[in-house]
Amino acid sequence: MKTTDSTPSDTVPPQAGGPVRKADTPAGGEGEKREGRVLNVFSHGILVLWAIMVVMPLLWAVMTSFKDDNAIFSSPWALPDKLHFDNWARAWTDANMSDYFLNTILVVGGSLVGTLVLGSMAAYVLARFDFPGNRFIYYLFIGGMSFPIMLALVPLFYVVDNMGLLNTIHGLILVYIAYSLPFTVFFLTAFFRTLPSSVAEAAFVDGASHSRTFFQIMLPMAKPGLISVGIFNFLGQWNQYMLPTVLNTDPDKRVLTQGLVQLAASQGYKGDWSGLFAGLVMAMLPVLAAYIVFQRQVVAGLTAGALK
Amino acid sequence: MQHGKYRFIVGFLAVPLGLYVLFVVWPFIQSIYYSFTDWTGLSPEFKMVGLDNYKRMLDDEIFWKSLQHSLLFALVLPLVTISLALFFAFMINVGGKRRRGGPVISGVRGSSFYKIVYFFPQVLSIAIVALLFAFAYNPESGSINSLLRGIGLDSVQPLWLGDPDLALWCVMAVLVWSTVGFFVVLFSAGMASIPADLYEAALLDGAGRATTFFRITLPLLWDTVQSGWVYMGILALGAESFAVVQIMTTGPGGPDYSTTVMVLYVYQKAFRDGQAAYATTIGVALLVVTLAFAAVVMRLGRRERLEY
Repeated sequence: MKTTDSTPSDTVPPQAGGPVRKADTPAGGEGEKREGRVLNVFSHGILVLWAIMVVMPLLWAVMTSFKDDNAIFSSPWALPDKLHFDNWARAWTDANMSDYFLNTILVVGGSLVGTLVLGSMAAYVLARFDFPGNRFIYYLFIGGMSFPIMLALVPLFYVVDNMGLLNTIHGLILVYIAYSLPFTVFFLTAFFRTLPSSVAEAAFVDGASHSRTFFQIMLPMAKPGLISVGIFNFLGQWNQYMLPTVLNTDPDKRVLTQGLVQLAASQGYKGDWSGLFAGLVMAMLPVLAAYIVFQRQVVAGLTAGALK
Repeated sequence: MQHGKYRFIVGFLAVPLGLYVLFVVWPFIQSIYYSFTDWTGLSPEFKMVGLDNYKRMLDDEIFWKSLQHSLLFALVLPLVTISLALFFAFMINVGGKRRRGGPVISGVRGSSFYKIVYFFPQVLSIAIVALLFAFAYNPESGSINSLLRGIGLDSVQPLWLGDPDLALWCVMAVLVWSTVGFFVVLFSAGMASIPADLYEAALLDGAGRATTFFRITLPLLWDTVQSGWVYMGILALGAESFAVVQIMTTGPGGPDYSTTVMVLYVYQKAFRDGQAAYATTIGVALLVVTLAFAAVVMRLGRRERLEY
């Protein structure tokens, strides 16, 4: 099943044309109508209930981020007495949220560009050229998708340390790229295989070199695939927690997820819970906002992975 | 197309492959090697000890607990998540009221709204979700217990994460909460591509909704369900369970090791206890469990592919 273009729409299953408009099927009648109504109420009820369960914790977090510490503990469900915007200011400056944002943007920006460039180069070669070892390299890449990463992280810590890359932004970027390659190569190889070869051949006949053909002809043609896999990697890298926890122990280099967890751990003695909630919401909102705006692309990008 | 072909292939593959081998493949190989040594991770000296680590692992009670919990994660989580998601997706796509003259099968009103909302947790970092729920579960000031007090259930005030019998289930509930939406969207896309005349034929033959689901929808979605199962199981054994257990439970690992999972145990042995070699041994066990899980699901799930 191909998913890059099958974004879910809110339409019903497509009608297979023709005579589908029958008001009453043989099985129809009063009984079925009542059953239909009960089912309708029931399904709406269940669906609304789950929607509330999903949204409530998020709304609760937003609400809590505007309360003072006292109210957070005494009455978790009460509305804030007034909007304590100072929580947000404190989180941004005192709790170093600004640094965490900056680090995350640097790491994810570098990794995303690197992943897409290197991933598409490898995928293109693996998809369109025959050479000894092609299959081996391909399976070497995609094997990385099903192995537990933690197993590699123990020696990786020392590999990175020996190279002097521990606790550096560029070290983290290189590791993010390496661990994003399996899915990226897998996805883009499949994508490059579907592109027609005639255009590339024509360019080649006209005297374009292999690399020029790739950058000027094939990459632009692969744009839809690059967008899907780019969104997938962006969210995965932005939300990454395990890799920085292991490889990034310098407090100044922390990324968002890590910084928030450390912040929560240190509240035991600092006691600035309202600031922490403000930080949590601050980290949540940009991603949620981006998701609502690019809803179709995000869903297509994320579900693309599971359907192959 | 032969001109300069091999130079081009090498030029394009060298960097991605080099990075991948250095940071992913090489550490994997190393860690299997280290599992036969007494390396502490703190000093560069070590010697071979044969199978000592593996013998020690078999006698390690905490290892068995973590294995048990990881297996529970890999079996229960996909089962609950995928069942819920199939149910919701069926409701969204097929649970609609029949309108006179309308299609035989229809989705509920507002189906795209449900899909957007259900997907929210999927774009958030699991670390942020875990932090949020750690607050919600707080027995004194958390939102769950205060909600229970609010509706008059003063006597029902579980300790949640503090209760060794409950903690693991609390952690799993969070993972279910955060992943159901992803599968709802995934399955909805699959259901939308099932031709409507199959449903019509079933209704004409007098099949109810349940029969329709088990005889038509599920078999036609089987491939998606199966790959979703593997995908979810790998996540539940690896990164996701690491984040929730490490962030949410005390220790980390819960009261009386009640939530310890293999991936967390690897991390603690390597980076907290300075027993890197033993950590890689548990990592190898995790690798075996992951591969066995994927193999079993693919094997049990194999059935004739249905064309439609």
